[in-house]
Amino acid sequence: MSEHSLEVAGLTLGYDGADIVSGLSTDIPAGAITAIIGANASGKSTLLRGLSRLLAPRAGQVLLDGVPVHGMRSGDLARLLGLLPQSPVAPSSITVGDLVGRGRYPHQGWFRSWTPADDAAVDEALEATGTADLVSRRVADLSGGQRQRVWIAMALAQDTDILLLDEPTTFLDVNYQIEVLDLLVDLNRDRGKTIVMVLHELSLACRYADHLIAMKDGRIVTEGAPGEVVTAATVEEVFSLRCDVIADPRSGTPLVIPLGRHRLRSARE
Amino acid sequence: MFRLERRARTRRALAVTAALAVGAVCAFVVSMMLGSYVLGPGEVLRSVLGLSSDPADDFVVRELRLPRAATAVLVGLALGAAGSVFQRVLRNPLAAPDIIGISAGASTATVAGLVLFGAGGLGLSVAGLAGALATAAAVYLLAWRGGIADYRFVLVGVGVAVLLESVTGYLVSRAEISDARAAMTWLVGSVGMAGGGEIAGLAAGCAVVIPVLMALSRRLGVLELGAEGARGLGLRPQAETAVQLGCAVVLVALATAAAGPIAFVALMAGPIAGRLLGPAGDRVLASALVGSIIVQAADLVAQHVLPYPISTGIVTGLVGAPYIAWLLIRTDRQGVGA
Amino acid sequence: MAAVATRPRRSNTRIAGGLILSALALLAVCAASILLGSRTINLAALAQTDLTVILDMRVPRTVLGLLAGAALAVSGTLLQGVARNPLADPGIMGINAGAAVAVVTGILVLGRQATGASVWLAFLGAGAAIAAVYTTASFGREGATPVKLALAGVVVTAVCSSVTSAIVLADADALEELRVWQVGALAGRYWPVVLQVGPYVLVGLVAAMFLARPLNLLALGDALAISLGQHVRRNRTITFVVVAVLCGAATAACGPIAFLGLMVPHLVRLVTGPDYRWILAYSFVLGPLVLLLCDIVGRLVSAPGELQVGVVLGVVGAPVFITIVRLRRGVEL
Repeated sequence: MSEHSLEVAGLTLGYDGADIVSGLSTDIPAGAITAIIGANASGKSTLLRGLSRLLAPRAGQVLLDGVPVHGMRSGDLARLLGLLPQSPVAPSSITVGDLVGRGRYPHQGWFRSWTPADDAAVDEALEATGTADLVSRRVADLSGGQRQRVWIAMALAQDTDILLLDEPTTFLDVNYQIEVLDLLVDLNRDRGKTIVMVLHELSLACRYADHLIAMKDGRIVTEGAPGEVVTAATVEEVFSLRCDVIADPRSGTPLVIPLGRHRLRSARE
Repeated sequence: MFRLERRARTRRALAVTAALAVGAVCAFVVSMMLGSYVLGPGEVLRSVLGLSSDPADDFVVRELRLPRAATAVLVGLALGAAGSVFQRVLRNPLAAPDIIGISAGASTATVAGLVLFGAGGLGLSVAGLAGALATAAAVYLLAWRGGIADYRFVLVGVGVAVLLESVTGYLVSRAEISDARAAMTWLVGSVGMAGGGEIAGLAAGCAVVIPVLMALSRRLGVLELGAEGARGLGLRPQAETAVQLGCAVVLVALATAAAGPIAFVALMAGPIAGRLLGPAGDRVLASALVGSIIVQAADLVAQHVLPYPISTGIVTGLVGAPYIAWLLIRTDRQGVGA
Repeated sequence: MAAVATRPRRSNTRIAGGLILSALALLAVCAASILLGSRTINLAALAQTDLTVILDMRVPRTVLGLLAGAALAVSGTLLQGVARNPLADPGIMGINAGAAVAVVTGILVLGRQATGASVWLAFLGAGAAIAAVYTTASFGREGATPVKLALAGVVVTAVCSSVTSAIVLADADALEELRVWQVGALAGRYWPVVLQVGPYVLVGLVAAMFLARPLNLLALGDALAISLGQHVRRNRTITFVVVAVLCGAATAACGPIAFLGLMVPHLVRLVTGPDYRWILAYSFVLGPLVLLLCDIVGRLVSAPGELQVGVVLGVVGAPVFITIVRLRRGVEL
């Protein structure tokens, strides 16, 4: 189990103009999967960038084990907390093995370049993501789902207890989406990693996350276990979408049924 | 919704273009007023239109100042229009004729004519014209590989430019000092060098090619979407690229033959026009007008600000470059323009 | 683990073998550089004059070729990596133009006796130019992004060459100095010049070795590089300082040698793939190899005169470069 706590205290983030996230506070539960949901421009990706110190806070702090991440040494932090951005760029003609190997950077010194431990970590990451037989293929030649698994393998090779992912399933076919999310659950269960991800697909977030953070206009509307926080009222507030929420017949987690204007058998009473 | 917005855009484009045209005309008149013998705007206009009765004014305006002013206008129009077409077709803000070898080709040919064959006057201009056209053709052919890809065109152009620049440098280093000086003067570029033949050629070129480019500019918007997008919208991207680049090259070649490789105008005009126009409007015409204002303003500075006149190209580099720097600083995520 | 067996170690051996072969070729070229020229040396019958020619001219010339070749190729590699732009090159980044403006300004202010100081002036100018490029590009929200770096390079080049033109058109001495200086050459630079710039090049090359790993991560984009524990801004700045030292020293000693820095990394990537540790190692060797080869060609084609290496490099290098560009499907890094 991950023993590292990640805590957000009064965090305000923004780019040039207005604040995008303002005065936000929350605790990220250790050893669990947290999904940040919200409409476009609700500040969810910005929050993730703040958590991973890509964006310096205007006010407030992100505390890792009680220490502000923006004061920590980059190398130390990179051994505890990894980030997979939304659309990472691979150098052209790099192979899968080399790309995953680059995730070992925080564990290498200036002079001690490549150790058996690095080999082991890369192999394990490849194995865990089911990409071991792709190792000498070029990343550019892979399918979308394979490529995403390779990127996750790279983040795994970094071997951090906390893993942040920005929309890891975007642009993937639905079978690959499930594959990637199942993989994240494996990592959480088997290795006790704390996972924080921004997710677009609401019902998938309900099924796969232990903890949901629903955001709107840079603030948290509600947070908690999916079964508790996902109701028709919150969905309407967060996404401006009228919907029914039923229990997923296979998982028991909330399933959001959107109510459009057409093709409904009977109106809601 | 979109209709309203489009109307607003069209109005803005019209207003901006009209303002630019007025600015260009004003610069034209002012440049002919100034000099050791200062004239009023009325006298200049009367003389240009052939209504003046004062032969002294007529001589100063029509014989001394008009060629230079007209060259500045035309060179600016040509470089501005061509530069914006290059940048948009090749989808790279650096794809100006200065960078991708066309100016370098004109320079090498001209310097070779000067140093090796002792050519002068119109002969040099013809050499410059031929050099620019030949270089453009060479870059196009070398970059062709079952089609033209924009990055390949730019990279090949840079390679060709380096080759030609090293040849030019060698020629200058081997030349007599007087030839070297003449070559350096030409290499900097100045609108004061053109004779009647060059001006006539450039004027004819602008009159034909710029309207063609304007007519083609809607297709340019499609071409900007990339080859696949363009094909999807029913355009033959390769043919279209060739036509657009060909027109732009003719303009650059004529302008360079008349005034030497005046730096940076082609690079600047497009982004400035884009900024003034906003998202829509005919950028070709606006860029041409911006180019003409830049060259005229630069030449005014070059002629009158310092105690002794300097070359136009020096001013465009000195003033234009900081402007681009300012654009850079202000730009958010994407970089300039393209 | 099963995956270990499948990792492509084989290709690494091949790349290393290629590096050794290149190093051997470089040795051969060095020997040729010492023996060939307008006066061909016959080792069997070594005369006293031959020895003087070798020790006072050919050897310093060859050493300078080694230093400048490595410096320019390595700095080109660093620039392309840090700017993530296949066009980045000391010439485009304003370094040559900065050095030129410093040289002609020196002549303008100090008169002809400044010729002796032009090494230092060029060094200073190159450093100032690259500092200007980097600061200009660093303004704004995203810092020195690749696009902004390339544009800033063009801007600084334009300003510097405008000033240079203004000066040489006004001052005949400055023109005379510039037109000789602006065609880069290895000839006519003897031991003093080599000793002046050598230490800087060596320090720069050692520093460059430490930048391979940061560059490998920068290639993944800023966000991932930060997430992997990199100080992206700091490493960019360090890289620029190293580039300034290397290019400044090489340009100061030889004059502007265009193209080597642009071409060698493209050539190298064909063999090595995207790992900057290999790319840098190869650049160390191939830079001098190409430069010395061009220098020898320049001595032989127009004997008894000489064609400066800068000209040969442009004329020989451009076709090679264009071929590389045509061969590759994508030239992005």
